[in-house]
Amino acid sequence: MTSATLAPDRPAPRRTVRSGRRLTRASGLGLGVAMLWFSLLVLIPLTAVVVTASDGGWAEFWATVTNQQTLAAIELTVGTAFLVTLINIVMGTTIAWVLVRDDRFVGRRVLEVLIDIPFALPTIVAGLVLLSLYGPDSPLGVNIANTRVAVFFAFLFVTLPFVVRTVQPVLAELDREAEEAAASLGASRFTVFRRIILPSLTPAIAAGAALSFARGVSEYGSLVLLSGNLPMRTEVTSVRILSSIENDNLEGAAAVAAVLLVISFVVIVAVDVIQRRVVRRG
Amino acid sequence: MSIEIANVSKRFGNFVALDDVSVSIPSGRLTALLGPSGGGKSTLLRIIAGLESADSGRVEIEGLDATNLPPQRRNVGFVFQHYAAFKHLSVWRNVAFGLEIRRRPKAEIRSRVEELLALVHLEQFADRLPSQLSGGQRQRMALARALAVQPTVLLLDEPFGALDAKVRKELREWLRRLHDEVHVTTVFVTHDQEEALEVADEIVVINEGRIEQIGSPDELYDRPANDFVMRFLGPVTQLGDRLVRPHDVQIQVGEGKEDPAEVTGRVTRVTRVGFEIRVEVTGNDQVVTVTLTRNEFLAMDLQVGTTVRVRIAPEVHAGTVAVDQAQLLAT
Amino acid sequence: MADRRTGTAVHNRPGPARHVLRLVVTVYLVLLVAWPVALVGRNAFGNGLTDLEGILNDPDVVHALRLTVTVAVTAVLINTVFGVGISLLLVRYDFPGKRLLNALLDVPLSVSPIVVGLALVLVYGGRSGWFGPTLESAGFQVIFATPGIVLATVFVALPLVIREVVPVLQEVGDEQEQAARSLGAGAVQTFLRITLPTIKWGVVYGVVLSLARSLGEFGAVKVVSGNVLGQTRTATLVVEEKYLNFDKGGAYATALLLTLVAVAAIIVVSVLRPKEPR
Repeated sequence: MTSATLAPDRPAPRRTVRSGRRLTRASGLGLGVAMLWFSLLVLIPLTAVVVTASDGGWAEFWATVTNQQTLAAIELTVGTAFLVTLINIVMGTTIAWVLVRDDRFVGRRVLEVLIDIPFALPTIVAGLVLLSLYGPDSPLGVNIANTRVAVFFAFLFVTLPFVVRTVQPVLAELDREAEEAAASLGASRFTVFRRIILPSLTPAIAAGAALSFARGVSEYGSLVLLSGNLPMRTEVTSVRILSSIENDNLEGAAAVAAVLLVISFVVIVAVDVIQRRVVRRG
Repeated sequence: MSIEIANVSKRFGNFVALDDVSVSIPSGRLTALLGPSGGGKSTLLRIIAGLESADSGRVEIEGLDATNLPPQRRNVGFVFQHYAAFKHLSVWRNVAFGLEIRRRPKAEIRSRVEELLALVHLEQFADRLPSQLSGGQRQRMALARALAVQPTVLLLDEPFGALDAKVRKELREWLRRLHDEVHVTTVFVTHDQEEALEVADEIVVINEGRIEQIGSPDELYDRPANDFVMRFLGPVTQLGDRLVRPHDVQIQVGEGKEDPAEVTGRVTRVTRVGFEIRVEVTGNDQVVTVTLTRNEFLAMDLQVGTTVRVRIAPEVHAGTVAVDQAQLLAT
Repeated sequence: MADRRTGTAVHNRPGPARHVLRLVVTVYLVLLVAWPVALVGRNAFGNGLTDLEGILNDPDVVHALRLTVTVAVTAVLINTVFGVGISLLLVRYDFPGKRLLNALLDVPLSVSPIVVGLALVLVYGGRSGWFGPTLESAGFQVIFATPGIVLATVFVALPLVIREVVPVLQEVGDEQEQAARSLGAGAVQTFLRITLPTIKWGVVYGVVLSLARSLGEFGAVKVVSGNVLGQTRTATLVVEEKYLNFDKGGAYATALLLTLVAVAAIIVVSVLRPKEPR
């Protein structure tokens, strides 16, 4: 994940900072081939989404996006992703803390594996997994299937790794002497956390939160079996786009997709800016 | 001449690393490129190796124009400050690397690698990985690796810079002895004047992308070309408008006569550093540092407050330079 | 490690706060991940081995599994070659637009899989895509065929190898490569003998993560595959199909297979990672 790029420079191998080499003929050719492939695979298709979305003009785009059902889907998606991100900020940082600092805790290795599961598990299976504990046959006796709570749980599950995995390496690299210095100057444990540790973690938390929000907003697979996709109630934006595609309304699908792309774009720019700031401080 | 550098310039963005540098490096000798960090000495070495290309100018190695040759065709051995050990290969394979690339017969590789491991005293570590060696051992391995391919010239970039003081001192003596055995043209970069004075046959002083002086260690120490070289090669103190080494200042107890070469003052501070005593004398609004041996110091019975007169020892006048006011302001 | 042990009383006094944190984190992860995942195993064996046998004897499911593996392996190969190449270019060379490219390479991570599918359909769709009709008249069908599934899978897993390899390349620096060049190795020899062995573990993690992601891709594949039984239906689509057709046992059994692969991938990575030579 972003861990390694976010981690401040390790002190070990001190090298003179040298800018990269200029392209040679072979590497220039390689770059050309790579760019061609990347364009055919990613850039041109995504451009096609934006172009198709704008084909009908602004009025039609706006009408599609502000359609009552679409608007409800966007509201649900963005609102839930936002809420889930807030929880991830708190829980993700806490989990990272336990994993890094609680070195006498024997369960750490198991927790490490649990955190990566949502990332590696197919999303459709993620939905099925949650359904088995919180669905109609729940051993806990709760049934959240086909409710907004299901959307919330699905997002929470799939976004779990992001904040943990961005905060963890930064926390591990943190200079403990600064904390010890603060403690020796009379700061309480809480003050040390708030004044010394938290400011160093903020960029990593923000980057993780941005990734987690972007993942939530674009989630689809885990909701298919779990949320029931009820229009106006549990239908998220991706499902809305899919039903447009299935109704052969590609223009409509592209318009809503463009909204999601804009959200992704904003998030990517945010992550880039945050990482740059971390590097500068590193 | 083994390496001929003609009018080489190199910029990194706005930073001028080398400014029209020309220098000839003699065959079979051990030459030091000495200067402060960022002065351009490493860049010059990397340009000789082909790891960096000059913006303009020419590089010739043993009569061959190497300006546009890629590094793998120059037949130079390069030793890096941080060893650049191939971490996934054993010591043996590290040393054999260049020979394997050149597709030498197996038997030849074996005998050559063994010979070199013996030369750098690493025979018993042949099967270890670099991570299992100390810094000094890694650097000796890197040296053997560079020598294995029988390079025309051996280039070392701050080879002992990452080692601690004691190992560093041992290795530099060892390098000197090794060079006396192997006689390959060797250029090494250092910012440590003591290292350069002790090891090199010839020293090229480089500062701010330009060459300040070229000469033997004695020439540089005894006849520095300018204020910069004088200051960089050892401690200096100022007496009147001359820079002089503290051990080249004579000190006598008592008031002086009207001798214009002498300055009268009082001892304001005495510091003992092992066998050496540093005496600070203040007179004519100037603080002059004088170093004495312990015996000299005891014989004179100097105390703080004693009135003394100081002068530059007459026989070393060539070893002083006029103070460069610009340089003085800058420091 | 040493100073971590000798750390101050501030961190090493196991106060009540520490136990509360442990408890909160453990309960949270058990309720969110461990228990639900374990239940999939139990549900898959709810009828003994019949469900598992059932899907393994169903030719359509076997076909779907085989298709999934073929697509995933192809996608991982493509992404590995592309990923290692582009990582080298990004870390070792300077070129205009490098920063922009670096940011764009992460785009697939934050694009909805449905949008990925839609984007590919808009360009390669046989009826109205930008390039699709031309390709199809040349006899090459992309959408609703295997190439489309491969493209979608490559798209969603694109950044994973790059994200593992770039930091390793940055950390090892280029001194070893320069040393190899100065010893006479050409560009290809340097790459094969020095660079590749050095970044080996980074590539392995990238490949394992990409493989897990590729085997499990669902949304994008659903849009581009057409979901034709016995032809373009992949394993994840089988899970959905079985569940919606009230064959819960079959759905859980298929899900179990996919879960096992995913968990195995994570365990492989977490076991290998600490051995990475620093």
